[in-house]
Amino acid sequence: MHPAFSVILFTTASGAGYGLLLWFALCSLAAPDWIDRPLALTTLLFGLALVSAGLGSSTLHLGRPERAWRALSQWRTSWLSREGVAAIAAYVPAGLLALAWIVWPRPGGVAILPALLMIPAALATTYCTAMIYASLKTVRQWRNRFTVPNYYALGLFTGALLFAAILRLFGRETVAVDIAVLVVGAATLALKLAYWRSIEGRGASTAESATGLGGFGTVRLFEAPHTEENYLMREMGFSIARKHAAKLRRLCLAALFGAPLLLTLIALLAGGWIAGFAAVLAVISAGAGVLVERWLFFAEATHVVTLFYGARAA
Amino acid sequence: MTCLPAPFPGQKKLGLVIDLDTCVGCHACAVNCKEWNASGHSGPLSDFEAKSDGVWFNRVHTYEAGEGEASRTVHFPRSCLHCEEPACVTVCPTGASYKRAEDGIVLVNADTCIGCKLCSWACPYGAREFDEDDGVMKKCTLCVDKIYNENLPEEDRQPACVATCPASARHFGDLGDPNSKVSKLVAERGGYDLMPEMGYKPVNKYLPPRPKKTGASCGSKASEEFSLIDLAERRAAKDEIAVKTGAEPTLAKADGKGAAFLRWADRVLSR
Ligand code: SF4
Ligand code: SF4
Repeated sequence: MHPAFSVILFTTASGAGYGLLLWFALCSLAAPDWIDRPLALTTLLFGLALVSAGLGSSTLHLGRPERAWRALSQWRTSWLSREGVAAIAAYVPAGLLALAWIVWPRPGGVAILPALLMIPAALATTYCTAMIYASLKTVRQWRNRFTVPNYYALGLFTGALLFAAILRLFGRETVAVDIAVLVVGAATLALKLAYWRSIEGRGASTAESATGLGGFGTVRLFEAPHTEENYLMREMGFSIARKHAAKLRRLCLAALFGAPLLLTLIALLAGGWIAGFAAVLAVISAGAGVLVERWLFFAEATHVVTLFYGARAA
Repeated sequence: MTCLPAPFPGQKKLGLVIDLDTCVGCHACAVNCKEWNASGHSGPLSDFEAKSDGVWFNRVHTYEAGEGEASRTVHFPRSCLHCEEPACVTVCPTGASYKRAEDGIVLVNADTCIGCKLCSWACPYGAREFDEDDGVMKKCTLCVDKIYNENLPEEDRQPACVATCPASARHFGDLGDPNSKVSKLVAERGGYDLMPEMGYKPVNKYLPPRPKKTGASCGSKASEEFSLIDLAERRAAKDEIAVKTGAEPTLAKADGKGAAFLRWADRVLSR
């Protein structure tokens, strides 16, 4: 599948944004003493900016962005529509949280309900985003039991890294958050490796099942219907050589997991300005890493329509 | 509405039956489809100048199946199968993609489509092509503006591809009615579904190539040679005319618009 930058940005930025908002909500429920107004507003601003950038970028992907509002109507069947509805609904608790912190220096009890609502809102929106892909029977690398866990894990992990960095910059001691980063990071890594293992091999569809000509033997494309690339080949036929995929996977492992986890460990042990520096570096590295991860999520996905164009299996 | 219409007894399922035994791979169906639909329900079907590419509802592939003498060359037209349970409809966030309850035709409303392309990802058969100029998705309409068109004589009320096919390889009718001509054809010839494992329940059916005749082969060696010589002679004659009229001889030197097509044609012809 063609890795469109707008969609890569949409899924990674909104994933991290909802992760950050979720961690903030959890923290403001479990350890309200850690949070003061500047910290709260900075975190909420970051979270809202990320999810809004994601939504904006997904809108730019449309052929007719001015009609985007129509996408909110078919939530009964369409995960994309549900995603839109959930994303807009999630602005309510996030907005109320921000409002509470703007109005009161310490909102205390007032912030509890919106913080409680923020958690399911973030989880639901991320779920819908993942299901846009996980519901497509035509792409076996997406209709996969690891797709939803991967989206969750990556959102929570990148959100936790961001939250840890913000806490550090505000001079908080963050042992609990650092440990959460390490645990969630390790779990995310395990899930990503499991996902990569799971997409090895071949799907059930073949050139024989696509054409129904398997009775004669193996089916080969003898002549394509057109001489130039068409929309289908550009959009669905994008494929990346195994060699490059392997290289990019290593890059992803280093940038998304290796460096951030190591830097978090350094921050945890060193403290002080070194910790702040390490935490920011970890965010930057993971940001680049998750873009590579999402690029691969598209580039390694094969669509069954390629079977009509000479692919042996998809 | 992107919910699929609830099935009811006696529901019409308009669709095509495509005979892979008789299709000669001439692409006439694809061309006539483009011709009709460029100004039809989903028109225009934009062509993208920079790329010698454009929106088509119908594409004709050619496959080779099997090995050696038992192998077959099969021409294979591919268009929307107007599936009974198509995810291209249910994934659409706007309701622009819909399936009609009254006849099962799957259509896109170009006035409400936002061009998110998700439906094209959901279709296993590559039936949907994005119109980059229009910013919306386009697909086969089963010539909905032709088959019910009372301004046309009765016999012309069939899809453009069916009307034009010189080999009568395409048949149009109600596959929901077991007594219709097309349903009988499917039953007789063992018509089948493409990629049944996807579970989209395509309405369009494909008729398999008939088994090869055994015994004396119909095309003798001599006649094959003759046809090649004939072709070569005809090309030479064309060149001669071109020389006489001062036109550019044949196709090889073409450039500019359509050059890629001409070069391709030349390659195929010189095989
Ligand atoms: S062939 Fe594709 S576009 Fe046509 S109904 Fe089936 S899934 Fe939808
Ligand atoms: S491209 Fe148009 S028809 Fe297709 S899913 Fe998106 S809005 Fe619906």
